Amino acid sequence: MAPSVESIVQFENVGLRYGTGPEALIDLSFTLFSGQFYFLTGPSGAGKSSLLKLLYLAQRPSRGMIRLFGSDLMTLARDRLPGFRRRIGVVFQDFRLVPHLSAFDNIALPLRIAGMRDQDIATPVREILDWVGLSARGDALPATLSGGEQQRVAIARAVITRPDILVADEPTGNVDPDMAVKLLRLFEALNRMGTTIIVATHDVHLMTRIKRAQMMRLEAGRLSDPTGALRYPPRPSDMTGWADKAPQQGEPRR
Amino acid sequence: MIGALFPTGHDRRLIPQARLTGPMPWVIAVMLFLTLLAAAAALALGSAARQINADLAGRATVQIVNADGDARQKQALAAEALLRSDRAVASVTQVSEAEVRALLTPWLGSGATSRDIPLPALIDVDFRAQADGATLTRLRRAMQPVAPDARIDAHGQWLKPVFDLIATLRWLAIALVALLALATTASVMLSARSSFAAHADTIDIMHLLGSTHQQIARLFQRRIALDAALGALIGCLLAAPVLWMLGRAAARLDSGLVSAGSFGPIDWLLLATVPIAGIALAVFTARVTVLGALRKKL
Repeated sequence: MAPSVESIVQFENVGLRYGTGPEALIDLSFTLFSGQFYFLTGPSGAGKSSLLKLLYLAQRPSRGMIRLFGSDLMTLARDRLPGFRRRIGVVFQDFRLVPHLSAFDNIALPLRIAGMRDQDIATPVREILDWVGLSARGDALPATLSGGEQQRVAIARAVITRPDILVADEPTGNVDPDMAVKLLRLFEALNRMGTTIIVATHDVHLMTRIKRAQMMRLEAGRLSDPTGALRYPPRPSDMTGWADKAPQQGEPRR
Repeated sequence: MIGALFPTGHDRRLIPQARLTGPMPWVIAVMLFLTLLAAAAALALGSAARQINADLAGRATVQIVNADGDARQKQALAAEALLRSDRAVASVTQVSEAEVRALLTPWLGSGATSRDIPLPALIDVDFRAQADGATLTRLRRAMQPVAPDARIDAHGQWLKPVFDLIATLRWLAIALVALLALATTASVMLSARSSFAAHADTIDIMHLLGSTHQQIARLFQRRIALDAALGALIGCLLAAPVLWMLGRAAARLDSGLVSAGSFGPIDWLLLATVPIAGIALAVFTARVTVLGALRKKL
């Protein structure tokens, strides 16, 4: 797909290798457009988390070119990376909450990092806590929260700043179906406000919930559709072979 | 302004610390206590050297040793006149024979008063500035024709070994201050590194949420600032009575040499900067260490 003024992420022949091992991602070339909703699918070990790491700037590619918000990441000055990261909300697969901060303080962390004053923080944090159904658990430490509650705190932290891009790695893996749908509605609402959403998931049911979402499928480190022409709904041929292999909850994934 | 140096409530929750139950404030307290003692010694020795130098280096004694009383007196008068006319000399005082005999009585007993024992004529000379070797040589040569038996001794020369010892001790004290500063730096580096490792996950999360390296380093430097301030306070509280007691003991010695080593207001001011410099050093070290560790991150 040709670059466009609306493109927010561009990958060109991107490869990622950890140490001296084989490439985890091979020749990825695609463009993501601002305000779109993308699902990233693929079997376990296909490289979904590695791709997300490139997207949320936790990793540099071993080769190729990545443009984010119109800037070439390979030539971008290091001191500009934090500013870019603040425009990207991330829901980590393992939540990555700060264990000694309450749910409230975990959610407030991106706002504090952005320099917001304490008196301006309370209202948006309480609103989002209410939205994820945790208004009574604001003072609780992560260790005292259930897996589902921790996941909701992680999601609330990722969306509190209304980022330009939201990257979520299995964001509904630990919540019940009703809460999963509710969280997806939150993502959809954010998407309607202009946030580009990228959700890595194995949950086929979830993917059918967002009518205008597009799908990216990774297999053995390569996009299964090398043109990056993403489509919805996924064709049955796209789904066979990986949905069955999807790990069950609790099974370790890459 | 000072508040900006120390962690806010949120910062303390983000990077929790053990406070006084942790080793860092105590390590800094001990280092600072020793640094204060070494710095006080360096200042006292410097002050003593300056004081003694000011008292003695500008003075000399001329002795005329001649058994013949008339010849001795003649040479003494000639030497005195010559010294008075010299531009380097501020004042000249001939010590009377009675005074010389009185000075010797404690050693020689009543025999010192006997006219049979010839005593040298003594002339005290105060110079306008410190008498250097060239001045003394010039005066020796000038006195040679008029007072061939005259011998000029600069007071500073007698105390040169003492000066050398004081200077050596002073440099030793300064070296101790430098070594203690190095040891403090190393301790803070170790503490910052271990704290950085203990909070690696939190730092990673902050990093991915868009924290700048400066923001993360500030958390650690504020934390270390608080530890260092507590340590400095304890160190000062320990050092103050020790210095006071040493001062009192030195005063009781009633020796010109020791009393010359007492502190002036500037010395006290310099000592007061030691804890401040200690805190600044700890904060700077923590900052450099953490920024160095963060440089390895993307």
